[in-house]
Amino acid sequence: MSDLGHVLILAGGLSPEREVSLRSGHRLRDALREAGVDADTADADAALIPALAADPPSAVYPAIHGACGEDGSIQEVLTLMGVPYVGAVPNACRLAFDKPVAKAVVRSAGLATPASVTLPKETFHDLGAAAVLERIAASLGLPLFVKPARGGSALGATRVTEAGDLPGAMISCFAYGDTALIERCVLGTEVAIGVIDLGDGPKALPPVEICPLEGSYDYAARYTPGQTEFYAPARLTAADTAAAGAAAVSAHQALGLRDVSRTDLIVSDAGVFFLEVNVAPGMTETSTLPMALESAGRALGTVCRDLLSLAAARGN
Amino acid sequence: MATEPEGPGLADQPGAGRVQRRAHGAVIDPYVDRYAARARGMIASEIRALFAVAARPEIVSLAGGMPYVTALPLDAVGDMAGQLVAGQGAAALQYGSGQGDPALREGICEVMALEGIRAHPDDIVVTVGSQQALDLISKIFIDPGDVILAEGPSYVGALGTFASYQAQVVHVPMDDDGLIPEALGQAITGLAAGGRRAKFLYTVPSFHNPAGITLTARRRAQVLGICQRAGLLVVEDNPYGLLGFDGEPGRALRAEDPHGVVYLGTFSKTIAPGLRVGWAVAPAGIRDKLVLAAEAAVLCHSSLAQLMVREYLATQPWREQVKVFRELYSERRDAMLAALSADMPAGCRWTHPGGGFYVWLQLPAGLNAKAMLPRAISSRVAYVPGTGFFADGSGADFLRLSYCFPPPEQIREGVRRLAGVVRAEMDVHATFGTVPGAPSGTGAGPAELTGPAGAAPQP
Repeated sequence: MSDLGHVLILAGGLSPEREVSLRSGHRLRDALREAGVDADTADADAALIPALAADPPSAVYPAIHGACGEDGSIQEVLTLMGVPYVGAVPNACRLAFDKPVAKAVVRSAGLATPASVTLPKETFHDLGAAAVLERIAASLGLPLFVKPARGGSALGATRVTEAGDLPGAMISCFAYGDTALIERCVLGTEVAIGVIDLGDGPKALPPVEICPLEGSYDYAARYTPGQTEFYAPARLTAADTAAAGAAAVSAHQALGLRDVSRTDLIVSDAGVFFLEVNVAPGMTETSTLPMALESAGRALGTVCRDLLSLAAARGN
Repeated sequence: MATEPEGPGLADQPGAGRVQRRAHGAVIDPYVDRYAARARGMIASEIRALFAVAARPEIVSLAGGMPYVTALPLDAVGDMAGQLVAGQGAAALQYGSGQGDPALREGICEVMALEGIRAHPDDIVVTVGSQQALDLISKIFIDPGDVILAEGPSYVGALGTFASYQAQVVHVPMDDDGLIPEALGQAITGLAAGGRRAKFLYTVPSFHNPAGITLTARRRAQVLGICQRAGLLVVEDNPYGLLGFDGEPGRALRAEDPHGVVYLGTFSKTIAPGLRVGWAVAPAGIRDKLVLAAEAAVLCHSSLAQLMVREYLATQPWREQVKVFRELYSERRDAMLAALSADMPAGCRWTHPGGGFYVWLQLPAGLNAKAMLPRAISSRVAYVPGTGFFADGSGADFLRLSYCFPPPEQIREGVRRLAGVVRAEMDVHATFGTVPGAPSGTGAGPAELTGPAGAAPQP
């Protein structure tokens, strides 16, 4: 048994990614136990604070996806409780979770990101949706991705190839949140790159290439085994691999992230484009971070055990 | 402190420096190209992800049709179960017959007599809930491509079963009096004109799921007459027949035509769904095949569960308990209808069930209940979008609300939240200028729904 003591994985929450988070949490718990760690899972509900107060764990691994887990809320509570945790501090989470903000931050750091427009639903209401959408389509061109500014797992996201489909995509998007990110669709190789910092600086894991067998990398393609082909490592040239890894590390640093992140990128003829970053990457059977670790010859359990040890050592 | 990384460095990448030429990447599931065609639609979905949240206590769920089993005399049932195992454990924990426990089948005959059915215990096949009866009926009747007639909307669990046997479901519209006989006749004629014939009519005639509507006595005779003339078997699914709020139970279709109707019953609503005890009553030839199919599927059903139900019927005041359930659900129905009248925006319409668990609500034109569900979950209320109750993709502007499980104050709060969700969705639709939708196809739902401007909720 590890000398780390008892650790807690937070999984569940009330976002639409609850089911994914529960699967991530259970997989992580099993991997940690295999690595000799006394690990349990807990939900982010009314029982959490009393449980943390009564029996404080050595460290917490937040594996809650979507709002609460990735927007800095749970990290803020853990900070209040004085409980060490793996991952970014609340302010960095807030920057990373808001896709348009994250895009702006990494752009300032010199990374390319697809041209986009970010607008709340009130703007469409006040200025007239048809006129605004017409200008967006004319400015960005088609195809476009419409997605909620906050949230993950492609929930509420639609790839739009015809201008006439934009209003429907906007309605789907606004069912998940009040602000939409409308982004030019950049053609290229879609990769996810995990970044791990085990105390010696952030390092990129091998990129994982994502090839949905049909359509785009939507919710079904992400979480139905067999619906997407993954290449780990990605089928990239050495130069592209290095550029993509460097971009992921730059994004991690520019956003002030800590311990672990996963950056989604497009590698195209025109270079590497940043799409978004996740501070609590998925750990399910179909998630890319565990695949990247395996590709690098690393065990999920030992890497996360080491991240928890780092967190426990640095305190809150 | 962090330990040194084990194995290759994090940035080490086998094959770096060249393009990998493998024919295929990893697909996680190596059997993906070997599944049967009927498994093609079995994929992860956003809706299932949202329902995972709906099960949390923070959400007012008007979605699932969970019976309120807490209203059972649980102590008495517990004592009965203990005595059963202590006194009859050798039988209760042993294999049983594929057709089901004979004494239980006698008890089932008594239950069905309340709805006018005269059956012999030999006519009955016990199943794992009536859902397995549906599966067995489908197994013995449906070849891929066969046509099944069903109300539009229809029970989502039945549609799933029919889909798994690759049947084509043709919906027959309903109105406030239930299945429309003329439409049924037209559907049969239309199929015949194309050289086709439906294998059976699947119907939930009493307190329909999801529509909450009951087929009137006059219509029952008409529907049976049409089916008899066409030689069309009727599968009568009747989980809610004893849960009417106004007077005595009506007569089942099976009571009028024992030779042309297969009746599916269940104790899930009158006792408890966790027991998983249902049954089918069928003409002899069908019954024999159902027994063989049941044996092939499960060998035999849970002896413990069957004997629990047998003992419950023999020793507990089950008729009085059904009355308790009726009164409880009636109060919750009233709470939901009153809240809908008070809170829902103009343009919404809904049914007024006389029993059962469900209200079927139509949204203002152009709104899509499935697309609206994430907003509802964010607002901590859940429902079931209407498209699941149609096999043809229609029903987008409908949703099902269930009043059986939450207490009245939660129902009122849930409806209040839902009304806010609908208003917000209407606002977004108005912003993006979506044209009011056309009626959602044939069989989209009851023609005579009532909205806030309509009559007061019926008692």
